[in-house]
Amino acid sequence: MRLALEAGFWLLALASYWLLPDQLPLLSQIAIGALFVLSLDLLVGYAGVLTLGHAAFFGLGAYAAGILAQQGWGEPLSGLLLAAVLSALLGLLTAPLVLRGGDLPALMVTLGLSLMLGEAANKLPGLTGGADGLLGVEIWPIFGLFRFDLYGHTAFFYSLAVLFLLFLLARLITAAPFGLALRGIRGNARRMPALGTPVRARLVAVYALAAAYAGVAGALLAQTTQFVSLDVLSFQRSAEGLLMLVLGGLGALYGAMIGAAAFTFAHHVLSEMSPLFWQFWIGLALVALALAGRGGLLGLGAAALRRWRA
Amino acid sequence: MMAALATEGLTRDFGGFRAVADVTLALAQGARHAVIGPNGAGKTTLVNLLTGALRPSAGRVRLGGEDVTALPQHARVKRSLVRTFQINQLFPDLSPEEAVTLALLEREGLTTRWWRPVAAHGAVLAEARALLDSLRFTPAEMRAGTRSLAYGRQRLLEIALALALKPRVLLLDEPAAGVPPGESRAVLEAVAALPRDVTVLLIEHDMDLVFRFAERITVLAQGAVLAEGAPEAIARDARVREVYLGEATHG
Repeated sequence: MRLALEAGFWLLALASYWLLPDQLPLLSQIAIGALFVLSLDLLVGYAGVLTLGHAAFFGLGAYAAGILAQQGWGEPLSGLLLAAVLSALLGLLTAPLVLRGGDLPALMVTLGLSLMLGEAANKLPGLTGGADGLLGVEIWPIFGLFRFDLYGHTAFFYSLAVLFLLFLLARLITAAPFGLALRGIRGNARRMPALGTPVRARLVAVYALAAAYAGVAGALLAQTTQFVSLDVLSFQRSAEGLLMLVLGGLGALYGAMIGAAAFTFAHHVLSEMSPLFWQFWIGLALVALALAGRGGLLGLGAAALRRWRA
Repeated sequence: MMAALATEGLTRDFGGFRAVADVTLALAQGARHAVIGPNGAGKTTLVNLLTGALRPSAGRVRLGGEDVTALPQHARVKRSLVRTFQINQLFPDLSPEEAVTLALLEREGLTTRWWRPVAAHGAVLAEARALLDSLRFTPAEMRAGTRSLAYGRQRLLEIALALALKPRVLLLDEPAAGVPPGESRAVLEAVAALPRDVTVLLIEHDMDLVFRFAERITVLAQGAVLAEGAPEAIARDARVREVYLGEATHG
């Protein structure tokens, strides 16, 4: 049953290519958003570390891949790898600051770091293009075969494939002892040292992992749009990521991805219907879901399914 | 003979308040030792100093001869110094089976493992079920959410998490606290069933339990050791009766 649902999810994701052929850029954007929210879920949903500045890693990955391509090396997979490595390093570097205190210090430190990075990108136009954005990003064909086209065909399959592979890895990690220990830390961080777990070391590891995931998501955006603007580092991106996560359901990988899809679709549809008013409806849905518990849309779906089968 | 657990002049100040004052203890391997004392005597602070949850202001902690004063809590657990908590420290979202499995995986040093599902660790899962079964958890209880268990069951799970780590030295911080009398027997049985070479330090309020279990008793008062001796001697000690048992011996 579970496996059938999972297969259905991915088949639907793939089928969206034929179902919404005019919306390929939007679909790629959803896949990239889903990867970003997956990264937040590892950190927030599984390990219980709060952050308001996750865009720092997304933005670093975007600029890393973008600048690499702009400087003449447009091979996409090495761009992803560079983004992952640099973001993970930034994660390792900043983890001690973020994990020092409790939830509130973590929120403030992550927010502060991402604001600093955003301002640095703004003040370094020679490197980042500043407010004009990074131009001249040219990405080579994937494996030398699949050229990025204007309509977003390649971008769609590329984004979805990267999301799928990194999802499989996240699924493996969260089902493994390491993932169980993260759930233990979120559940009771006071008990874990009494079981012999070096809590800090585990949290640093998952922080770096989540940073790498976010960096890859940023790199995907840079490569598929062949452009990087300052908003990759914006507070709004960090906040929207959290919104998507809560919307979809914390601590469940499918929740993260469903949240990203639902939010982006809702944004798209509602903002066309009422360009000024769409955030009201998002806000309403969010309040309702947050009050309903950690489960989000995924939790509601699971509950409905149980009722239907009973 | 080398003590399994020993302290030398252990002291902890909170601001101007001395919660634990110059406590020197030595527990031989296999000891069944109890620490008693009125509320505020420093019992819980002592446990936190022994486990490494708190750093002492002065003094040393030795574990099997090794000075562990500077080691953090998790490193002491790796050296088989294990505790239970006076107030349950459980995992509300995990089932008892998952929680005990987590403890076992940690004992085996496997929680850095990210490439193999927990479900593929058959021997660990079987051990978790066997341990819970020995504490008379039903299969349904093993898989229920911890938050839905009755308090007495949660108390047993608290003990189970400690037993799963196969301690050589076990600190029990008021294990029977809040457990209805009928169920406290299960807690006692679990402790009594420990191998004889496990060293047990019992911090307890319940005098019945202490006198049934302990072979040696230390009485704390205002953070300092007031008396130490065999249960009969402690029961007769006039000073102990005065500060702790609350019996006026004169006037």
